[in-house]
Amino acid sequence: MIILVIAEHDNHAIKNATLNTITAATQLGGEVSLLIAGKNCQAVATSAAAISGVARVLHADADQYEHHLAEELTPLVMSLTAGVSHILAPASTFGKNLLPRVAALLDVNAISDITKVESADTFVRPIYAGNALATVQSNDPVKIITVRATAFAACSTTGGSATIEAVKATDPIGISTYVSSELSKTERPELTTARIVISGGRGFGSAENFKLLEPLADKLHAAIGASRAAVDAGFMPNDYQVGQTGKIVAPELYIAVGISGAIQHLAGMKESKVIVAVNKDAEAPIFEVADYGLVADLFKFIPEFSAALDQK
Amino acid sequence: MKIIVPVKRVIDANVRVRVKSDQTGVETANVKMAINPFCEIAVEQAVRCKEAGQAKEIVVVTVGPSLCQDILRTALAMGADRAILIETEPALQPLAIAKLLKALAEKEAPQMIIMGKQAIDDDNNQTGQMLSALLGWPQATFASRMELGADRVTVTREIDGGLETLSLQLPAVITVDLRLNEPRYVKLPNIMQAKKKPLAIMKPVDLGVTLPAGVKVLKVVEPPKRSAGVKVADVAELVQKLKHEAKVI
Repeated sequence: MIILVIAEHDNHAIKNATLNTITAATQLGGEVSLLIAGKNCQAVATSAAAISGVARVLHADADQYEHHLAEELTPLVMSLTAGVSHILAPASTFGKNLLPRVAALLDVNAISDITKVESADTFVRPIYAGNALATVQSNDPVKIITVRATAFAACSTTGGSATIEAVKATDPIGISTYVSSELSKTERPELTTARIVISGGRGFGSAENFKLLEPLADKLHAAIGASRAAVDAGFMPNDYQVGQTGKIVAPELYIAVGISGAIQHLAGMKESKVIVAVNKDAEAPIFEVADYGLVADLFKFIPEFSAALDQK
Repeated sequence: MKIIVPVKRVIDANVRVRVKSDQTGVETANVKMAINPFCEIAVEQAVRCKEAGQAKEIVVVTVGPSLCQDILRTALAMGADRAILIETEPALQPLAIAKLLKALAEKEAPQMIIMGKQAIDDDNNQTGQMLSALLGWPQATFASRMELGADRVTVTREIDGGLETLSLQLPAVITVDLRLNEPRYVKLPNIMQAKKKPLAIMKPVDLGVTLPAGVKVLKVVEPPKRSAGVKVADVAELVQKLKHEAKVI
């Protein structure tokens, strides 16, 4: 039984969610092959060989894989399915974009966003924005699965000694082309894998005010998040959104500042280990899920909290 | 240009879903249903293409029981020209739906299929990608901006790290995200007019499609409840708790 994991990377480094996906793969019981497909991504393949739990790294390098277009990667994945029982990818925009396409061409179902492996064919996945959990069983010859990164621990990036095999590139398809991207540049930890996340909501009132969170985030080594209301109001870019339609996070500490706690936001953060809510409205629904609630004006809270963190 | 917009009927986004006590699913009896919010954005986008003179005809389609005609009427009231119900028993999964839509697309020959990125019931986020694969067309998922040219469409996608722009050859499948547009409010005269627009009903057999088996749902349960914690009086108490009780900072 071979479990094929599709690595998410940017041709320079592997994305953290891949490590959580490998953990899920190792729970299936089989040999894990990790596909690194990109352009000039030899360094990624080399470092991936040290990831614990990976038996083989499959390295495919070609121009058409540079931007990880689903149209180009699908035939490549299809060419690697001999003896493969499961194909996994992170349930990120990358994995969600690619794997259903592969599943359709293999004529099998896809299972999205699993949070638990019950056995090699049975999985738990949230539905209705996490308001229900479904246990599903697949009888397909190949199980195609995207994995919710926050539900599995990351595997170690060292200790492994996988072989690296070059894989023959498939013919370019050419029906779609990459034009450009605007990626948020930040020195802070990735939102979905950060140990601490501090998020702001509509209460901030403006993009300018949202910047007040930055020094606080730096002090805590935290990632910054935002509610949908804050994103829709243009305070923060879309990729900061935590919630059902944004990113799902489950850090050790989640601090919600000026967020009321709409169901759609709670779906994205309620698996966090410790939740702190700060809101001036004592009746805000966010307090129903918070371990520690503080009724306060966020503009008073931020400097006070920041000062308190300085006192050891 | 003809645009097909597949839509889904789901529990209204504002309803708090309840898991059935026999663990077979969630309660849908006597629950308010609505067009899936992402599908509504897809319909709006297609209608805007038509209003801009870029599209001639918009066909909305749904797969499900007879009851689903209500959301087709909603889409017609928003500005779609005609509707198709592919009548099936409830609860088909994405692969089966993609196969039906593929057969329909081959019959209707649209230049574009615009649909929601996911339905808010099963949260699969699969059907558009599967459909695009089966047709051999390009795809742009998570669309937040769309510019239609003569034989290509340029789409900006909301991806995890920010935004990405792709150019797709037509015909193509586009799945839409929240920020693509704000769907219009449907007015009463439009609802009345929509009643007169054509709505065809067909069966999977009419499209020559054999439905594949889906994954088996063994049980559906409520997630573990998170109980409310304590209110702290001030920042000092909060920091003290985080340091010494929760030990997270």
